[in-house]
Parts: sequence; C-alpha cells; structure tokens
Amino acid sequence: MAILGALNPMLSVGLDGDKAWRLADYVKRGGYSALRRVLEQKMPQGEVINEVKKSVLRGRGGAGFPTGLKWSFMPRSFPGDKYVVCNSDEGEPGTFKDRDILRYNPHSVIEGMAIAGYAMGAARGYNYIHGEVWELYERFEEALDEARAAGFIGSDLLGSGFSFDLFAHHGYGAYICGEETALLESIEGKKGQPRFKPPFPASFGLYGKPTTINNTETFASIPYIMNMGGEAYLEAGKPNNGGTKLFSVSGHVNRPGNYEIPLGTPFATLLEMAGGMRGGRKLKACIPGGSSAPVVPAATMMNATMDYDGISKAGSMLGSGAVIVMDETTCMVKALERLSFFYYEESCGQCTPCREGTSWLYKVVHRIENGQGRPGDLDLLESVTTNIMGRTICALGDAASMPVQSFIKHYRDEFAYHIEHKKCLVPVDVQRAGSGFFTATV
Amino acid sequence: MLTSESLKRIDREIAKYPVDQKQSAVMAALAIAQEQQGWLSSEAIEAVANYLGMAPVAAYEVATFYNMYDLKPVGKYKVSVCTNLPCMLSGGVDAGEYLQKKLGIGYNETTADGLVTLKESECMGACGDAPVMIVNNRRMCSWMNPEQIDKLLAELK
Repeated sequence: MAILGALNPMLSVGLDGDKAWRLADYVKRGGYSALRRVLEQKMPQGEVINEVKKSVLRGRGGAGFPTGLKWSFMPRSFPGDKYVVCNSDEGEPGTFKDRDILRYNPHSVIEGMAIAGYAMGAARGYNYIHGEVWELYERFEEALDEARAAGFIGSDLLGSGFSFDLFAHHGYGAYICGEETALLESIEGKKGQPRFKPPFPASFGLYGKPTTINNTETFASIPYIMNMGGEAYLEAGKPNNGGTKLFSVSGHVNRPGNYEIPLGTPFATLLEMAGGMRGGRKLKACIPGGSSAPVVPAATMMNATMDYDGISKAGSMLGSGAVIVMDETTCMVKALERLSFFYYEESCGQCTPCREGTSWLYKVVHRIENGQGRPGDLDLLESVTTNIMGRTICALGDAASMPVQSFIKHYRDEFAYHIEHKKCLVPVDVQRAGSGFFTATV
Repeated sequence: MLTSESLKRIDREIAKYPVDQKQSAVMAALAIAQEQQGWLSSEAIEAVANYLGMAPVAAYEVATFYNMYDLKPVGKYKVSVCTNLPCMLSGGVDAGEYLQKKLGIGYNETTADGLVTLKESECMGACGDAPVMIVNNRRMCSWMNPEQIDKLLAELK
C-alpha cells in the first residue's frame, strides 16, 4: 500500500488489497455510478460542467487552473471530432501521486474521462502515461479492456446513444511532454516540442481538433464530485481550494510516500503523517510543489497550509503537490546543481533563451559547487534567469529559473561561502549520512 | 527487419488512432522494435517509418528526442539509476557510485562481458521509493539500498 495515510480521504478510500484496481472492486466501492447516473438521466452537459465549477476543483497537474472553467472553453455543441486527453506523464521531480492513482484506482480515471467526454461532446480520449512506469501502462490497458467489456467505454455507453472510446499512449523519456501541447505533439507521433499559444487546445488541439487536457488526479476526482455534489466537495477543502489532494512527500522524512489530505491542512500535520524528519534532524528547507516551485525556508514552511493560496502566500507554488523535504545535512548548492542539470538535460531546444540559458545555469552552479565559482557568479545567474523568463514558448524556462532565484535568495550565504572558500558549508560526510544509503552496511 | 510478431504488436498500436493518423503509433512502434533488437539501429528506425508511411527522418527525430530509445547497442541489461534531487536526498547518487564500484564501470559504459550497461537517469516519477532504478526500461526497482543492489546484480545473469 503506497498511499500511506489520509485525513477525510476520497480518492484513496478502500484501496486495500492487490485487486483494488480491478473493475469489480471499483464497482463495489461505488465506481461507475456517477457515469451511469449522468447517462441515464441524460443530464444536460452544462449541468455536469456546472457541478465541476461549483466544486472549485483546480488542476492537479501543477497550474491549478479551475477545471470547470477549462471544460466550458470547449465548443461542445460544434460538430466534428473533439478529444479528451489525460496527462499521466508524471515526471516533475518529487511527484509520484499519479503513479499510485494508476496503480490502485485506474477506473476512477477512466470514469472521470468518460464523464468529461460526455460533458464536452468528445467521443475519443487518450491517456498519456509516463514511459518509466511501464507496468502501469500495461495495467491501464488491462483496466481499459475491463471497462470496454462492461460497456463503460466504447460505443453507445449503457444504451445511452453516447459513445466514448479511450486508449493509452506511452511516453518514452521526455519531461517536456508533461507540457500539454508538447504532449499533443507527442501523441501525433512527433518530437515533443510545445506549441505557441494561442490557439489554445480547446480550439486547436490533438490533430487540430478541440481538445481538453487534464491531469490524472483531476480526472480521478470527477466521479467523487458528481457523487457527492460540487458544494460538498468544495467544503471538504477550503474556499477557492476545493476538495482533498494527494501529496507526494519525498526526501528526508521517515515515511516518504503519498498522503491524501484536505486542501488547507497545515504543513506541520503532513510532515507528522510522513513520520517526521529522518533521524530526528532539523528541517532546513522544503520545495512544496515539485522541483519547479521556489524553495521555502523551514520557518516559513512550518507555518504554511497545504493549498494553492497558502503556498502562494509562503512565496512558492502548490504545483503538483510534490513536497521535497530537506534537512540540515543538505548542501543547497549541490541540490540546486542537480535540479539545474535536470532542466538543462530536458530543455527541448526549441527556444534559444531556454536552450542556451539552462546550459549556462547548470555550468555556473556546477562550477560554484566544484570550487571554481567566481565573485560575479551570483549576479550572472540572476541575469541569466531574467533573460530566460517570459521569453520562451512554454514554462520550462521559468521552471528552470525559479529554483535558481529562490535558492540564491534564501541561501545566498551558502552560495557565497562556496565561492569564497571553494568548499561546502556542510561537510561531505554529513551530507552522505543524511541520505541514509550506507546505514545498512556501516 | 521487423518480425511478424513485432508487426502484429505494432498493428495493435495503430488501431488506437484515427485511420489517417498512423504516425501516432511511432513511439510505441520504435519501443517494440527496440525490444526485438535490444537497441534501435538506423535500419530498424527506417523499417518502422516505412511501415507507418512516414518519412524516415521524422521517425529518426522521434528516436533521438526521447531518451529511453537506445541508438547504440547496450548490454543485455541496461540499469538506469535516478540521481535527481528527491532520489539524491535518499541515496540515489550513492547508489549510482556503489553500482559503478561493483561493476567496475562508469555511467554510459558496459561491462566487458557485455552484461550490464549503466545509465544515469532523470526522474522516474517514483520518488517515494528512492533510490529507484529501472532495468531494461521495463522493471522498476524500489528502495535500492546496498543489500538490494547486491541482490539485483546477482539476478542479472
């Protein structure tokens, strides 16, 4: 069981045992009753979208855009092909919640997508699954076969006259495909380079047709919203931050894993659920929303609540809900060096400021970490980030810049020490002890 | 070039997309070709392109863009180690160094007997299980402490 704990859960209720992901188990938990009701009552499309609007469900992939509003952008009464696409290309460092949804509750995603298809007049959908979680791609295909055999996807669903078919598409190792238009390019069989917007996918999406892309957890939440009602869902969280959310906690905690909590829960509670700090050490910093979100120092983090507005107040972003916890054994320069390498490696190369800039960010942080930093390097880094941000087609350039800016802002002394003394403030053996890798043998 | 079994699997992928959008199956088809051959040669990429009715250069673009495709031969087992920050905090970098020492090779190298190729890799979306590794793009290995790594290496024969 990898969803390790929960407060007032919805998504992770009843996910015990190896068969939780199977159709029979899902139906026993009340699964597909929302889709059945929508179809049997021939609920008007606008009414479904309204329910989602009332829930104030915000996109769980990172941007936090209100889902109901997004759905209303689709030209749903226009004739012709329309698509619903699920983004399960989960590769934002620190994020592993969709993996558990696909592992334990794949039918909630299928049901959510079928309801979305109905609401937006789309007859076809794709779920784009991160290539690295291959077993779950295969599992999702099996779940699709089950749903198709039971008449929950395919033609003329439950005799309603509405048809919706759904297929799985796998990635093969490109972080950028988590960007929604790169993902569409990738489904079309091309390299995953983001498209210039506008036009937005709602008017020009997959194969040039109107398309809505949502995150796995977003779709998985839809059946629960339709069953409990939008207002009740909203109340499960806090105003403007509806519902519960899965948080992926990684790094220096005793029990890394996924936790489902109502939005608005204090960070301190989540940290406690994750078993507290490893070895009883002190919290130094936390990246609360995946590697692209600005880092937050311990004192601010301990007073923050886990919701879109609360984390924004703490100076960061809730993003995908990936909480990377770092204790006092962490060298912030080394941590940033690794993140900067990631963005350099994953920049798709389309826009010059990002392609060249991410390379410079990595090279400069790398030389600081390796005792070759120069006095003007921190200003140089600042200047590279401001020359990337806002000058690229997609957000990867910004995502590479925000960690650099926030790490330097909050831990400037540590960077300056590296440049001046050519070594790390945190001794290497202390860093090593922090990882806990050798505790089994030493 | 592509066996009838591979072609059958590719046909199943093609069927997922609108009839005029065969190219959508290229990622899956390249993965299938790589499974058959152990890596992706230019001939295999061209065979996939021809089968899908797309320009070989377009298939080559895809093969070079996504990093799970191997454009050069690799060992019987390719072990990819995640060293990204969340894994690093729980020993991902140490795990990579431990593997290098055990195998006597560096990243992007293959053991002399052709058994294992070691790769440093980006986030696999399983940070809660850190340190994490993937064998041959398919099998994810979780919580890879020294003991678990020894066990894995003993299995790779």
